[in-house]
Amino acid sequence: MRTRLAVVDGDRCVGCEVCMFACVRRAGEGGLANARIHVRSDGGIERGFVVVVCRACPEPQCSKVCPTNALERRDGGGVRLVAERCLGCRNCVAACPFGAAFWDDEAQKPAICLYCGYCAQWCPHGVLALEKAKEAAHAS
Amino acid sequence: MLPDDPLSRVLVVDLSRREARVERRPELFERSLGGAGAAIRLLDEECPRGADPLGPANPIVLAVGPLTGLFPLASKTVAMFRSPLTGNLGESHAGGRSAVALRLAGYGALVVRGASESPVYVAVHGDRVCFRDASSLWGVRSSATVARVIRQREPEAGFRSILRIGRAGEERLPYACVTTETYRHFGRMGLGAVFGAKRLKALVISGHRSLPVADAKAYRQTYREIHDAAVASPLMRKYHDVGTPENLVPLNLLKGLPTRNLQQAWFEGAERISGEHLAEGYLGRRLACAHCPVGCIHLAALREPSAHEPYFYKTSMIGYDYEPIYALGSMLGGGEPEGLLRLIDAIEVVGLDAMSTGVALAWATEAMERGLVRPGDAGGLTLRWGDTAAYTQAVQWLVEPPTDFFRALARGVEHASAVYGGADFALAFGGLEMPGYHTGPGAHLGFLTGARHSHLDSAGYSLDQKAVKAGDLPSPQQVAASLLKEERWRQVLSSLVVCFFARGIYTAPVVTKALASAGFTLGEGDLARLGADVLRAKHAFKRREGFSWTGLRIPRRILETPSPLGPLSPQFLQEALAAFAAAAEAPGP
Repeated sequence: MRTRLAVVDGDRCVGCEVCMFACVRRAGEGGLANARIHVRSDGGIERGFVVVVCRACPEPQCSKVCPTNALERRDGGGVRLVAERCLGCRNCVAACPFGAAFWDDEAQKPAICLYCGYCAQWCPHGVLALEKAKEAAHAS
Repeated sequence: MLPDDPLSRVLVVDLSRREARVERRPELFERSLGGAGAAIRLLDEECPRGADPLGPANPIVLAVGPLTGLFPLASKTVAMFRSPLTGNLGESHAGGRSAVALRLAGYGALVVRGASESPVYVAVHGDRVCFRDASSLWGVRSSATVARVIRQREPEAGFRSILRIGRAGEERLPYACVTTETYRHFGRMGLGAVFGAKRLKALVISGHRSLPVADAKAYRQTYREIHDAAVASPLMRKYHDVGTPENLVPLNLLKGLPTRNLQQAWFEGAERISGEHLAEGYLGRRLACAHCPVGCIHLAALREPSAHEPYFYKTSMIGYDYEPIYALGSMLGGGEPEGLLRLIDAIEVVGLDAMSTGVALAWATEAMERGLVRPGDAGGLTLRWGDTAAYTQAVQWLVEPPTDFFRALARGVEHASAVYGGADFALAFGGLEMPGYHTGPGAHLGFLTGARHSHLDSAGYSLDQKAVKAGDLPSPQQVAASLLKEERWRQVLSSLVVCFFARGIYTAPVVTKALASAGFTLGEGDLARLGADVLRAKHAFKRREGFSWTGLRIPRRILETPSPLGPLSPQFLQEALAAFAAAAEAPGP
C-alpha cells in the first residue's frame, strides 16, 4: 500500500527535532545532513513550529518542473528520485511551495522523503503519522 | 574519537583583528571529551592570570561534546570565562539549540578572543564566519527585538542558534546574562557582561552536517535504549508536564523554600505561583531543546488589557522555571502570578540573570526595612515585599541607574552590602547570589564548595532531602564525601554536555556504550578519573585566580533561619568544608 507522511497536529510540536535526527539515523549517520523533514520556528519559537514534510501531492509540482523526469511520480501521489537522471538543476527545490524538496549538498541532488514513516515512529508528541496515500489525497 | 569527526576542531574568533581560524585539537578532546573538560583547559590556556574580566584578554569559551548531535539529551553548551561577578571561574550552561548548532557547524568548541572597537555580531554558518556591524542594534530597548532582527537577516532557520545580550550586557552589569532561543540562558556569572565588554551583541551559529558513527547498527540500538529510557522515566514526565516548578510545593511543604530574603523558609503564597497553578491558568506552550524529546520549557501566555483603550489586549509569552519563581516570587514575597510573570518579562527584556536579580532585590528590600538604605538613596522608590510593580521599576533602574545605590546593587549583593552594610543577610556564596534551596547543610555546602557555586554542581539539596526522609543527618565528613563524589561525576556529564535532568539515564555503563558509537573507548574507571581530573583543573584555575577554601564567607542568615534539618551549625559547616577541601586537593584517583 502507498503511504505518505502527514502532520496530524502541528500545534503539539515542541521543536525537539527528534524526527529530523531519526530521518538521518535511518541512513546510518548522526547529525542533520540530508534530513528529509524539517522543523523550524514560525517566526520565533513562542509562536510554535512549522513542520515541513513532503505531502505526496497527487500532482507534484516538483515533478512537473524536472527537465529529465528524475522525479518519477508514484501511484497514490508523491515522487521517487531516480538519481542517475538528475542534473542538479534545483528546479524542484524552487517549485515545491512547501519547501519539502530538500537539497543534498554533497550529492548535489534533491533529498526527497521516502514515505517510510520512521520519523513518525519517533515523534514523542503525536505530531506526525504515516497515512495511506489515497486517503491523504483528499485530506488537508 | 573517529578520524573524520569534526569535534576536534576549535573555531577561534578574534574580535580585535576580525579574523577567524580553525585549530585542530584532537588530543584535547581525546583527553577531556569536550564540554566542561575541554572548556576549562581552553580557558586555562587562553586567559592570562589576573586578566580583567571586562578586558579584551578575557576569552569566551563555548564547548560541546561527542554525544551532541548523536544522542538525545546531550544538547547543553558549556560557557567558560573569567566572571565579572565573582572575579573567578565563570561557568554557565545553557540548553536551547546552540550545542547542536555548534557541533553540526563542525566544531567541538568556539573561542572568542579580543574585543571589537564597535558593536558587532558574529555569524558562524558552518565554515563561514561573518562579522556584521551591530551599531544600530546596540542600545535597542528589548533584547527580543534584536533577536527578531537577526532572525530575519540570517539564513538557516531550524539549524541555527542566536545568542544575544540585552541592555544589561551592553552596560557590562556583572550579572547580565546571554539569552539563547528567547527562553534559555547562560544565566549565571555574567557572561552577558563579557559579551558587552567585547562589544559583541550576538553570536549566530548554524550547521547541519552529518556526524560519523563507529557502527551504524550498534548506534541505532544504543540510541533506542537511551531514548526509550528517557521517555519512560517518571522524571522526564514530571519535567514535561509541570516543568521544573513542580519542585516548588514540595520544597515549601518541607520548609526549605527561601522566602523574603530567607527570613523564613516557607511561603504562604506558594500555591498561587506553583507550577500546577501556572499550568492551569497560564500555560500557553511547551518547547524543547534541540534533540530532546522531553520539552521541559514552559511558556505562560499572559493576556493583559490595555490601560488606555477598551477591547485592546496584549498577549505575551513568558518563560518560567523553578529558579525565577523562587528568586522573583517567594524570595520577594510575591504570590501574585501576573505580577511575577511581568517581572520575569522585564528581566528578559534587559537581559539580567533572574536569580541574581531576585536575590539582589530581596537584599535591598530588607536593607530598606532595616534603614540601611533609604528611599532617597533609591530615587524615591520604596521596595516592599510583594510589590512587583516597584521591583519592575527597580529592574529598569539597575540598567539605567538614577542613583549610586542602583549602581552598587547592579554589582551584586556582595558589593552592595560592602557599601551599605547588611552582609549578614547578603545571600551570596563565592560571590554568586544563592539558588532556591534552604534544605539543610548539604545545599549550602554545595553552594560553597561547588566549582561554580551552583546548586547544580553537587545537588546538596538532594542529600538534605534524603536525610530528612531517613530522619538521620550524616556526619560533616560524609556530607563532604557525597558532595565531592557527585561533583566529580557531574564533570563527566557536563563534559559530555548531557542535561542533568537525564543523569538517571546516562549512568556510567550507558555513557561507555554511547561513547563507543562516537569512537571513544572509555571504561567506567576512565570516566571516574576523567571527572576527578576536570574538577581538579577547575580548582587549579580558581586557585590561580585567588580562590581559597578558607576565604569563603558564610552569610549569617542561613544559620538564623531553621532548615528542614534544623538550625545549621557553623561548626558542622566548617568541618565539612575542611573535609571537602582536603579531599578535593588530595592526589589520586
